Amino acid sequence: MSALTATSLVRRYGAVEAVRGVDLAVEPGELHGLVGPDGAGKTTTIGCLAGLMHPDAGEVRVLGEDPMARGSSAREHLGLMPQEYSLYGDLTVGENLHFFGQLFGLDRATYRARVERLLGITRLAPFADRRADALSGGMYKKLALSCALLHEPEALLLDEPTNGVDPVSRRELWELIYAFVDDGMAVLVSTPTMDEAARCHLVSLMHEGRIVAQGAPGALTDALENPVCEVVGGERGALHELLEGHEAVVAASPAGARLRVVLTPGAEPRIAADLAPLGAELRRVPPDFEDLFLATVWRAGHDEAA
Amino acid sequence: MRRFAQRVLALSSKEVRHVVRDPRSLYLALGMPVVMILLFGFGVSFDLDRLPVAFVDHDASATTRALRQRLTASADLSDAGLSTSVAEAERRMIAGEVVAVVVFPPGFEARLRRGQRADVQLLIDGADNNTAVQVRAKTEAALRVLGLSASAQAVNAGKPPVSARSWTRFNPEARSAVFLVPGIAAYVLAIVAVLLTALTVAREWERGSMAQLFATPVGRLEIVIGKLLPYVALGALAVLLVLAVGTTVFDVPFRGSPLALAVLSILFLAGMLGQGLMISVITRNQMVATQAGALSSMLPSMLLSGFVFPIENMPAPLQAVSAIVPARYYVDGLRAILLRGAGLDTLWPQALALLAFAAVTVAISTARFRRVVA
Repeated sequence: MSALTATSLVRRYGAVEAVRGVDLAVEPGELHGLVGPDGAGKTTTIGCLAGLMHPDAGEVRVLGEDPMARGSSAREHLGLMPQEYSLYGDLTVGENLHFFGQLFGLDRATYRARVERLLGITRLAPFADRRADALSGGMYKKLALSCALLHEPEALLLDEPTNGVDPVSRRELWELIYAFVDDGMAVLVSTPTMDEAARCHLVSLMHEGRIVAQGAPGALTDALENPVCEVVGGERGALHELLEGHEAVVAASPAGARLRVVLTPGAEPRIAADLAPLGAELRRVPPDFEDLFLATVWRAGHDEAA
Repeated sequence: MRRFAQRVLALSSKEVRHVVRDPRSLYLALGMPVVMILLFGFGVSFDLDRLPVAFVDHDASATTRALRQRLTASADLSDAGLSTSVAEAERRMIAGEVVAVVVFPPGFEARLRRGQRADVQLLIDGADNNTAVQVRAKTEAALRVLGLSASAQAVNAGKPPVSARSWTRFNPEARSAVFLVPGIAAYVLAIVAVLLTALTVAREWERGSMAQLFATPVGRLEIVIGKLLPYVALGALAVLLVLAVGTTVFDVPFRGSPLALAVLSILFLAGMLGQGLMISVITRNQMVATQAGALSSMLPSMLLSGFVFPIENMPAPLQAVSAIVPARYYVDGLRAILLRGAGLDTLWPQALALLAFAAVTVAISTARFRRVVA
């Protein structure tokens, strides 16, 4: 049984359809990335899975149960780290942890052992008596993650946990997440940053309320039909003029001194021929996750138009 | 059940920490009641003292001199001196120097000696109704104590054909503080309880922690009880504080049953907390909750509770509205307990009314309190 599932999930806010038929499943021990730009519907999907809002259609299951059902035990085994600040700023690090420990009914010994471990990994132990609103962004997120992990949930929902976090804290956050995934926890993590998607076992690419691609990050980039190239040589202004708005160019973005382009499938020879008079040539590069996302979004729009 | 208690306790102790860390809510809960009772007790008083009274003594006897002295011996009336004639005394009244004139007719002492009825004429400035009523009551009371009958004659009133012998019980000196303290207690409690609860739930929504709470096994009822408990305790403390100040500083008696006081206070508090909860569940916004909380608690408990204005004097529609103002029943009950020595055997209708209000508000707020963030 999957730990977290969404089936044909639809959720509207008034006339706006934020989630338009999402299907996903997260297995125990799996780190699943929900990747997409702001406004793609990631937070809404997570909110439905956390039992914070009713789906308008479809259903969500946490450990096989409806998280909104009365008397559901799903919440006992579910952890949530919301995107926005949601701890008590006037309580200390220790008091916040203790509060959530009490809500989940942890006994004293268990609570002590877990807090010691969490504060150790996050290196928050020296700040146990500091008020939460006096923590830096990174420390706050580590505390929020610790609060969500305290009861060692079987399923964990993380909504953009690394948003606004410095690289060192970011690495520590991921370490903490990996430690629990290795123990068999099912984790769904949303992120707008494509480079973080590569850290996940499986990835669902989300765009405008739909999942446009799903799979292992390596397999997804390997299977990308769109050629990804760097443009070598030529004068930038002229290249820009040629490539911008070109029907065979899905996306063009500067990558250091060069221009990185994602092309429509099979368009490579044609573009190369167009570039030759400008003294530039195409050099194939391995696609990364951002290319995948741009190409997938392009294909989604393309299919819709067709 | 153990988990239920553990979670309620966790929420309550968290709430206590919020209160302790934020001195503003402590001030609101404990400081404001004391400040208000002192302010109202000393400042808002309907009592008048040192009312200047002029005397016209046509008898000029030892008895009238003694009488004049005794009339102005208390702090209520002050001697504004002798006038030679009623006309001159009236001029002083028109000029606003005196509010009343006491006229001793010629032969006053002689009539008394013969065991005959001796009248004193009392002229009162009726321009300020409150002053007129009080000066008349105070002079009459003083003369009655002296065993004389005064023929009261206000400037614009005729001589009353029938004289009533009244005896004011429970607050014989008609001191405002004794009358106002129960009202202040209700007023202050209403504001504190409604405001504090209105803020506490709205704050949870505003800072996003409600979503975090909803993702835990904690139930709605646990949140409601866990949040209300500390404020019930705080409110009870405020009641005791107000009563302590009332009985010590203003000599308000406490004649009735402490049990009745506890029952009525808890029920009133529950209703006020329920009202605050209802506001904050519906508004979800601290700013709006504060406004709605202050208005909905302050105005009715001040204007429609009988605290300042007697309900019997209100127009019928307002009287009807006051029937759903819990402060009305609490003020009523508190006065009965403190001043008349009443117990639950006579106050059960008030207790029932308060219970009904609490039940309705808590029911509405629990029903409107949805475990969803959007």
